[in-house]
Amino acid sequence: MNRRLFPLLTAVSLLLFVTAPIIIVRAPYESTMGLVQKIFYFHFPAWMAMFLSIFVLGIASVIYLFGRKPTADRLAVAAAELATIFGLMGLVTGPLWGVKAWGVWWQWDARLTMAVILELILVAYLLLRQYGGAGADRLAAGLGIFAMANVPFLYISTEIWRTVHPRTSVVPTLPIDFGLPLWWSFTGFIVLCLALLSARSRLEEQRSTLERLYQALEED
Amino acid sequence: MSEFLRVAWLVVRKDLRVESRSREMLFTTLFFAVSCVLVFSFGFVRGGQAVEGAAAGILWITIAFSGTLALGRAFERERYHDALRGLLLAPVDRPAIYVGKLLGLLLLLAVVEAVVVVMVAFLFRAPLFQHSGLLLALLALGTVGFASVGTLFSAMLVRTKSRAVLLPVMLYPVTIPVLIMGVSGTAALIQPEPDLVMARLWISLLLFFDAVFLTLALWTFEPVMTE
Repeated sequence: MNRRLFPLLTAVSLLLFVTAPIIIVRAPYESTMGLVQKIFYFHFPAWMAMFLSIFVLGIASVIYLFGRKPTADRLAVAAAELATIFGLMGLVTGPLWGVKAWGVWWQWDARLTMAVILELILVAYLLLRQYGGAGADRLAAGLGIFAMANVPFLYISTEIWRTVHPRTSVVPTLPIDFGLPLWWSFTGFIVLCLALLSARSRLEEQRSTLERLYQALEED
Repeated sequence: MSEFLRVAWLVVRKDLRVESRSREMLFTTLFFAVSCVLVFSFGFVRGGQAVEGAAAGILWITIAFSGTLALGRAFERERYHDALRGLLLAPVDRPAIYVGKLLGLLLLLAVVEAVVVVMVAFLFRAPLFQHSGLLLALLALGTVGFASVGTLFSAMLVRTKSRAVLLPVMLYPVTIPVLIMGVSGTAALIQPEPDLVMARLWISLLLFFDAVFLTLALWTFEPVMTE
């Protein structure tokens, strides 16, 4: 399935990414923020792709921990790496916008804090996989579940804490001029994320096949 | 249920007996906590006066640091003579073993916290005992949240070679919410005009966090510990 899905997803995301700049350039300037508002077309989809990856990571971790399916473990690795990358994109583009909007690079606002925490958990996950040695896959699955469980806290915290971060409830109410480029790049990011997920988990599959072959060779 | 609690109690008793003979964890953790507070006092005292508002942070960071030390030791002990395998081979509920280890750690941390709270109140002139009931709730819930995740991670890592470094690497990011809630709640209690509504809000958030992560830990303990 992977083999046919990957070229299709890649082609679609490529098409979306190539056309996105045109649509973003043609979108009107936002009255108060001006040019810097256009970061939003990159920032928001990157975070959404990160949340999708964390969700995949959590579900795959549950399936691996309780069902012992190797496919789920490979998917979890792929999702964790992608979530880290997309999270990094969000963390880089956020301050670029913030320095214009708030006048500072960083605010210890609830949502920013939790974004950093999630990124930290993901890096911890990758470190555990890298240096955990034998059996690290199951431990990482445990951590993956805890990573997913932290996401609701991120959402709730923004409701309870006073926050300077623009509320996400603004997204569905955007006028069409701003909404079209946003959802365009959103779709592009999500499709790219799915394409990379399938490519990375296939790579992981081939890596483990290779490892098995090496082991078989050594035993002979 | 009573069988579950009996097993948990047996594990607690075993840990207490081992501890009462060597007193290694109690003394080392206590000494570490005391030196931690002192190290902070060198960082946060200006002109003979403690920096305002530092007490809550110092209290919770000390708890987190000494808690990590205790967590690492608690399962290191089970590695000797393959004690962990013996525990896991016992025909009992695995989550009961987890609860037993957790309770043992909570007892130890309670002793450490009793000392640290007094020290912080004394050295940093923090009015920690003004609302002692709320402070007790914050400390209890925060410690349960921290230790419930920590006990699971520490148990998971027991067979890993770089466990000493991986435990804090995994534990701190996951338990930062506990630290934020604990520090903010304590700060609300000891500020010049205590904000009790805010403190109660943080307490209920901690309760929520504890419920979620304790359930998750009980749920995942069995599969992560199976070889």
